[in-house]
Amino acid sequence: MKKEKSKLLTKSLLKTPTGIQGFDEITGGGLPKGRPTLICGGAGCGKTLFGMGFLVRGATQFDEPGVFMSFEETNEELIKNVASLGFDLEDLVKNKKLSLDHVHIERSEIEETGEYDLEGLFIRLGYAIDSIGAKRVVLDTIESLFAGLPNQLILRAELRRLFHWLKDKGVTAIITGERGEETLTRQGLEEYVSDCVIMLDHRVTEETSTRRLRVVKYRGSMHGTNEYPFLIDETGFSILPITSLALKHKISNERISSGIIALDKMLEGKGYFRGSTILVSGTAGVGKTSVAAHFAEAACKRGERVLFFCFEESPEQLIRNMLSIGIKLETWMQKGLLQFHAIRPTFYGLEMHLAVTHKAVNNFKPDIVIMDPINTFVIGDKNIEVKMMLLRIVDYLKSNQITALFTSLTANENTLESTDVSISSLIDTWLLLRDIELSGERNRVMYVLKSRGMAHSNQIREFIITNHGVELREAYIGSSGVLTGSARMAQEANENAELLIRKNDIEQKKREIERKRKALEAQIATMQIDFELEESEAVKMIETEQDTIKRLEQDKIEMAESRKASIKKITTNKMKK
Amino acid sequence: MKLKKENSEKRIKEEKPVKTVDDKWILRLYVAGQTPKAITAFTNLKKICEDQLKGKYSIEVIDLLINPQLGSEDQILALPTLVRKLPVPVRKIIGDLSNTERVLVGLDLLPVS
Repeated sequence: MKKEKSKLLTKSLLKTPTGIQGFDEITGGGLPKGRPTLICGGAGCGKTLFGMGFLVRGATQFDEPGVFMSFEETNEELIKNVASLGFDLEDLVKNKKLSLDHVHIERSEIEETGEYDLEGLFIRLGYAIDSIGAKRVVLDTIESLFAGLPNQLILRAELRRLFHWLKDKGVTAIITGERGEETLTRQGLEEYVSDCVIMLDHRVTEETSTRRLRVVKYRGSMHGTNEYPFLIDETGFSILPITSLALKHKISNERISSGIIALDKMLEGKGYFRGSTILVSGTAGVGKTSVAAHFAEAACKRGERVLFFCFEESPEQLIRNMLSIGIKLETWMQKGLLQFHAIRPTFYGLEMHLAVTHKAVNNFKPDIVIMDPINTFVIGDKNIEVKMMLLRIVDYLKSNQITALFTSLTANENTLESTDVSISSLIDTWLLLRDIELSGERNRVMYVLKSRGMAHSNQIREFIITNHGVELREAYIGSSGVLTGSARMAQEANENAELLIRKNDIEQKKREIERKRKALEAQIATMQIDFELEESEAVKMIETEQDTIKRLEQDKIEMAESRKASIKKITTNKMKK
Repeated sequence: MKLKKENSEKRIKEEKPVKTVDDKWILRLYVAGQTPKAITAFTNLKKICEDQLKGKYSIEVIDLLINPQLGSEDQILALPTLVRKLPVPVRKIIGDLSNTERVLVGLDLLPVS
């Protein structure tokens, strides 16, 4: 122990990279170099595979040969079992990169008589290590010895000696152990291997299973303490350490079109931010997938790569359905810009989904990821887990500047704004689609619930799915709320009618005035005529009067003439006056 | 416990052919160097064989320190280990063979009592 401590003081802990994807990241470099590491876990959780991955990658990537001492599987079985993961053990053995040693122990064949030790095991292991110059050793599963050898006292003492011996040999070792009921391993191996303990777990919740890995302890090193999901697939073992500790995503000011012009207009006329997370939520059949498909098409037209995860429909079905609204996804698929990933949510556990997503994104390197819909993951009471998963996906996508569009199905109107998985805090732009039941019709409306970093429209728009895509119409706001569908049309007709009536009214009024004016003019004309008549009559009367006066005077004169003299007087009188 | 009982029954059944066969006994003793345990084991083995199998046995001592590659052939873990190669079936006895009775049981040499 003292020796070990002084070693630690003089130099920092060296690490042996495992080459297992993700593992080296969470442990800051790999397993402790020259020390044994305990890997424990229940049956079928991947202990053997972890060990094998460690050795094969050591041999192929780091030029460190390894010894695999198996206490359970024979060499032939091992070779066959890992061949499916792309490991060619026979080739490695041939090239002296790997040594397989199957230790078979059968209690019924063994009779114990007196004192013994496990020097035989040491010699075999030592021989295997020396013959290929191994740097890595895996003992899988050494606990089998407990079943084979009756004397536990000797066995425990020998195991302690074995681990010391491994340290002295300077090999980086992995010792696997079955999980115990109360202890980490059934036989308490953690007592002997105390430098690094890794726990693998295979848990089934709500009928889906998830594999997880946790670094229980790692002396002399920082390490991630979370449970990390891992997966075993055709390329072996991989771990996803994607719970970023800080929100340090690079952000972009670039805007990208949503593929729906009217929607872009609602978002300052420019569309979404690149690298943002968009949620389209709504009740069943409101056109969430259509919005997603528009976005996909728009991206492909810009020459960007789109990865479309569909969890409900097969790609063929989706393509057919989108064709009916005029979106031709197939062309883009053929051009290689669009890739579909159709998996039933129940097919894997959540973590596996996460892993698969991760992998698909890594392979395809898309600019845009669409997941349709996300809430099918929620089976039973797993909201927190789903949220964690989405958080990881969002984090991962954001850190890679990938724009993500999720759709989410909301169950009923009451919880419209608090989607099932309560992920709103992760979302940058949230479009809400809902249907409005009015006068025997179900119509769709859309509005922008939130959109971080932009002055978005607050309007509720009617959302119409036509054979050439999605259209957004201005919705009529009536006394009973938003009017949509035929109610909107009725309203439009009403307004048109009203307008017509008004126009008629004006026309009528104009005519009335015209008529009145004409009447007045006519009246004036008659009056003038009357006046003229009167005038002329009056003139005539005056003339007659004057004539009469003249005649009277004439008569007077004539009378005076007849009387003589008096005429003059009259004339002089007139003169004097 | 159950398993052991079955095994001992098996042994009793097998005893008859073993007794009638006069074939040579081939015994292999695996050791690692001249350790006290190895020496004790060899002495004990020699004594038992002289007592029970006089004249029809051969003992081969394999030192794994010298020939480590031989260890995996007989699946040797513990040392010392005595392997009965002949007559078949192969039997293994681990330890320094100090418990004579158990060695005889292990070698199917214990007469039916």
